[in-house]
Amino acid sequence: MYEASDLRKGLKIELDGEPYIVTEFDFCKPGKGQALYRCRIKHLLNGSTMEKTFRVVDKIGTPDIYQREVIYSYQEGDHYVFSDAKTFEEIRVTAQVLGHSIYFLDDSMPCTIVLYREKPVEVTLPIFVEKKIGFTEPGARGDTATNVTKPATLENGYEFRIPLFVNQGDTVRIDTRTGEYNERVSKA
Amino acid sequence: MSARHDDPHRLRDLQPVLRLRQAVLSAVRAFFVERDFLEVTTPVRIPTPALEDYIDALPSGDAYLRTSPELHMKRLLAAGHPRLFQIGPCFRAGESGRMHLTEFTMLEWYRLEAGYRQILDDTVALVRHCAQSALGRTTCRFRERDIDLAAPWDILGVDEAFRTHAGEGAAAAAAGGRFETLLVERVEPHLGGERPTVLIDYPLACGALAKRKPDAPDWVERWELYMAGLEVVNACSELGDAPEQRRRFEATARLRAAEGRPVYPIDEPFMAALERGLPAMAGAALGVDRLLMVFADAGCIQDVVAFPAGADPAL
Repeated sequence: MYEASDLRKGLKIELDGEPYIVTEFDFCKPGKGQALYRCRIKHLLNGSTMEKTFRVVDKIGTPDIYQREVIYSYQEGDHYVFSDAKTFEEIRVTAQVLGHSIYFLDDSMPCTIVLYREKPVEVTLPIFVEKKIGFTEPGARGDTATNVTKPATLENGYEFRIPLFVNQGDTVRIDTRTGEYNERVSKA
Repeated sequence: MSARHDDPHRLRDLQPVLRLRQAVLSAVRAFFVERDFLEVTTPVRIPTPALEDYIDALPSGDAYLRTSPELHMKRLLAAGHPRLFQIGPCFRAGESGRMHLTEFTMLEWYRLEAGYRQILDDTVALVRHCAQSALGRTTCRFRERDIDLAAPWDILGVDEAFRTHAGEGAAAAAAGGRFETLLVERVEPHLGGERPTVLIDYPLACGALAKRKPDAPDWVERWELYMAGLEVVNACSELGDAPEQRRRFEATARLRAAEGRPVYPIDEPFMAALERGLPAMAGAALGVDRLLMVFADAGCIQDVVAFPAGADPAL
């Protein structure tokens, strides 16, 4: 069991026999009262979300999950096939589970798959991947601000935002957890 | 590309909010000085914090950082200083979130020979004065609500608010351990949308240092100010009955011990002042950072503080 104080973004919990992941988390303490942990939780299998408030005294279930170290192999229709790093057993994962990660997979990329009752529910990629900007409008010359952004598209079609000084053809580092630009690696 | 708290761009871009903070602090001082309040500075590092059921203090060597300047300010009041205010840092262990900072800036003010209604009159005038001085108007947009500070404020009983929005009375909710959850999930979202709302008269269990209502002794004279669901001010008529205060401190100590949380010694110099006899007094605590959130339409408290110590690095 987890204590309420263990709650944080990304924690996987079990509620009424169903597996969830905490996607948003906030501590709050109304007036002089007891602390509350306000969470948005997402069902690990069907993706539905709901709000849930926990009190300090609440005990929270731990879901029956385990992890496997895998290597990305190939795509087959709407499925992405990984192989267990030790046994080479193949594990098929849907695009829905992968989310924006489908744009960051590379051949033989080492990943971690989380399974709930033998079903893949989450795939973790290396934190950073390097990708080439397929298309973006030219930015203002000499503008080195990192807090002003413009739209960009990777060669595989992934759309995100980059600082104005990054150009088409540049290679950038992307944070696979958020899908956001991290830094420029090299110029075109 | 979320704005990290150590990002130099973030510190540069904070200029407007830092100016707003200065304007609000200046307005607060002008307001109280005009009304003949004395600004005081009481210790930040103290031998023992006020015993509250659910407020934890940060240890500092063999002492603690104050969770509020309340007990020291009441000792000054007891010595005959009739009107006091203080602006300064307070610390609450374990409180960190989008509306909470472990270290935050508190404004507290107290009046002798006064009750919580007079403190409410102060608050109405103070908030309007701060908005006029700092924003140049008495309206503000916060959380997609247009709040008219100059309109008459809504005064809503805690019990009525619970019966209307949470489906049960406040006393029953408190007795059943549901008070906070219902308040946050069901009641607070309705408070202070078009004009500030004052939630008033709390169950006895929700007011460690507040005076009982003379005509309803299971309730205490305490109120909280809400703007667009955000709690900004807590105020009460202060309990002046020394034996009852000691009983409440002892009950709190037992509750904390039973829940395995630190038990602080009773502040005996404060109790001695109480035992010598206190005139009626009332006071309020206003979260300066929270008021700035409202004025700046900030999404989280970290956005109005240059160096939000204790902030979750993921925020």
